[in-house]
Amino acid sequence: MSATDVYRAPALSPEGATVERHWRDLAARRRLYTIGGLVFLLLALSGSLWFANETNAGKFFDRLPYVADFFTELQPRDWFEPVRALFDLPSPYDDGSLKFDYPEGRVYLTQSIYIPEYFHRMIETLNIALFSTLVGATFGFLLCFLAAGNITASRWLRFVTRRFLEIVRAFPEIVIAGFFLAIFSLGPIPAIIAVSIHTVGALGKMFFEVVENADMKPEEGLRAVGANWVERVWFGIVPQVLPNFMSYFLLRFEINVRASTILGAVGAGGIGESLRLSIGRGHEAKTIAIVFLLFCTIVAVDQFSAWLRHRLVGRQAFAYGRGE
Amino acid sequence: MNADAINDIATRHPDAFRRSLWKRYAAPIGILLCILYTFYCSWFFSIATVLEKANWNLAGAYLADWVSYEIRPDIEFKDNYLTIDYSRFSKLGSNPNPDWMAKQMAVIERRVDAAPAPAIATNKSSQDSFMAPGAPTAENPAAPSGQSAPAAPETVRENAVVAATVTLGNGRIAITPNLVTVTRGAESVIFDIAKDSSVTPRTPLPDWIEQRRPGSTAYVSFGFLGRAEVQNDEVVAWRRFFGWANFVFDTNSPFWGKPFGEVASLIVSGARIDPSRSNAALAWDNVLNNAEWQHGDVWLKLLQTIVMAFVGTVLASIVAFPLAFLAARNVTPSRIANQLTKRFFDFQRSVDMLIWALFFTRGFGPGPLAGMSAIFFTDTGTLGKLYSEALENIDDKQREGIRSVGATPAMVQRYGVLPQVLPVFLSQSLYFWESNTRSATIIGAVGAGGIGLKLWEAMRTNTNWANVFYMVLLILLVVFIFDNISSYLRRKLMGTVANGNDERRVSVRPPAAQIA
Repeated sequence: MSATDVYRAPALSPEGATVERHWRDLAARRRLYTIGGLVFLLLALSGSLWFANETNAGKFFDRLPYVADFFTELQPRDWFEPVRALFDLPSPYDDGSLKFDYPEGRVYLTQSIYIPEYFHRMIETLNIALFSTLVGATFGFLLCFLAAGNITASRWLRFVTRRFLEIVRAFPEIVIAGFFLAIFSLGPIPAIIAVSIHTVGALGKMFFEVVENADMKPEEGLRAVGANWVERVWFGIVPQVLPNFMSYFLLRFEINVRASTILGAVGAGGIGESLRLSIGRGHEAKTIAIVFLLFCTIVAVDQFSAWLRHRLVGRQAFAYGRGE
Repeated sequence: MNADAINDIATRHPDAFRRSLWKRYAAPIGILLCILYTFYCSWFFSIATVLEKANWNLAGAYLADWVSYEIRPDIEFKDNYLTIDYSRFSKLGSNPNPDWMAKQMAVIERRVDAAPAPAIATNKSSQDSFMAPGAPTAENPAAPSGQSAPAAPETVRENAVVAATVTLGNGRIAITPNLVTVTRGAESVIFDIAKDSSVTPRTPLPDWIEQRRPGSTAYVSFGFLGRAEVQNDEVVAWRRFFGWANFVFDTNSPFWGKPFGEVASLIVSGARIDPSRSNAALAWDNVLNNAEWQHGDVWLKLLQTIVMAFVGTVLASIVAFPLAFLAARNVTPSRIANQLTKRFFDFQRSVDMLIWALFFTRGFGPGPLAGMSAIFFTDTGTLGKLYSEALENIDDKQREGIRSVGATPAMVQRYGVLPQVLPVFLSQSLYFWESNTRSATIIGAVGAGGIGLKLWEAMRTNTNWANVFYMVLLILLVVFIFDNISSYLRRKLMGTVANGNDERRVSVRPPAAQIA
């Protein structure tokens, strides 16, 4: 430390000198590890970048000047066009092509009131996310008690449940979605199944960790008055963990909104599909409208969920990486 | 306990005994809302109709395809003989003769219709056919027709299959040109075949055979072992085998079909098959370019996915690191800088990874560059937010201590702040590395390259489920390995810190949102 430069230390006793030498050895080794780690990271990074560039369809430096072209291509005919696309108003440039068919997708509730297409798609995506979070949370809730060491005594049951949750979580969502797309044909159901299955694993894991950290005194009290397993869990554990469960549920919902958008883009309906189509076909006004809508929705969902989480578990910030 | 005591307790704890209506009924109301929402969703997505229309038989077959493969012989009825044909890219190679297909050969006479003027047309009698007796002519019935006279139909004598028996476990299909006997276990059904007109069972059909109309095609099921269709001009059998066919070498490879020992000895000491290179190089090349499994390509794509996650996370961490100091209000006193950086993070997080992926796929073309840019952009926001939150939660005493000995502001950050947050930063980056390895798969499918795209393409054909499963296993393996590396590194990191500051250890829980 810099302070040692100005402050001259008194001569050390032999024991002190040994300690000092050991400390220097340790510090030197630690520095070596740090530098070695950084060099390794740098090598891995440059190797990876080279590899990625080699195997990419377009090379990075060739393509770099054109990356922003997308934005210039994205300029609509006039800046009111995205609004028309968003609210399905007829376009003055309508030439019968798909590009300007904004009123086509209207979903009529009554003779005159309609939901604009992209709002309807967005609702669909949100419903996929919410419904699959609900289904996943239900099963995760049922399974988490079987995986928790303080509730379930049987090691085997715990082991099986935990491995099941792990496999279910690690299994790529896209495969589940693709498999059910083959059976159900195009539509939102495959996305629901895929996201739900993944949610069971993810929430089940978070839930059982909460349960394992629960205070066991209420459970002991119930055990003392002769309550059975279900009663002990329901009256002793559930009330304690429910706020945390809700909090994790909301976090999952945020993630699932994003996941169902992506799954939508690969054919499972919802706003993701509209976005992929409009970008692919070069419909700039529609693209801007969808990106705007998606952005606003995700911000709104995140804000709402953060607000609700604060109400449920107070200032305990769960969100990202800090305490429970 | 008497009534007074109870009342006494009740008056002392009114919140426990007379709870508000909302609190008392929160649980049933919540459950009721969930149930109502379920009904709404099943209406919204018309779940009942979709489930009803779903092709569940297909689901079974596709699932079976994950771990098994089918071989499909077509046994075609001719007037008095049979031809056996395997699909063109059969997994049995170009000249299949499996032991589960018993053939009975005989010399038969058959009429050959006039073929339009072949070049070597002769008027010789057909006894002098160039075909040697016993040659497997049935594979190619068109060949002898070249020998026939141009005009009139003619009779040829040759060796052909007159009966064939396909064995499927405890099932059996015995086929002759006008009679098909299907056996499964103890039950057996005989079909009379009127060529090109009808298929008629002699006895009532058991439930494993289905005939939709009298005389039409009969669908026979042997469970997992396979199925068959008895049509009026041919029998098509699907014989299912457990395992992955030709996983190492495809049928074009010189090593195909050889037992392991023979392949090993060929590689180690055999004469060169291809004079230009060693057998080991040839074998390796054959494995990489296996036409059915495309090992080389799959591994390359998998590496792309790994690289996407790795580079994306590392770059995001590097960029988020200085920005987080700018965003933390206890480090940078300027509120404007804090707010601007934080809103920038929010923006990057909220533009979905999908949008970034689609955008960069347009920019860089499909490939890992697009995927890693998408991960980089999204995670700069998320990591920046996390880092700045960690910075805002630091213990101020260390900083004060460093400041009190007269350190420069940079030194205060280096020795007062960094030691507290660096393990947190690193462990959060490691979590994101883990979770990005998973999400890179999905991003790939929208065009950002990597194994996701390959997986998606394999799934869309509906025939390559074994390949899909192979890739899934590879992905699971990679995720498993990286999870372990990352948790090992995290344990190491936390271990060094836990000595001095126990609180720090509890404060680094998995970012819940990223246990994806």
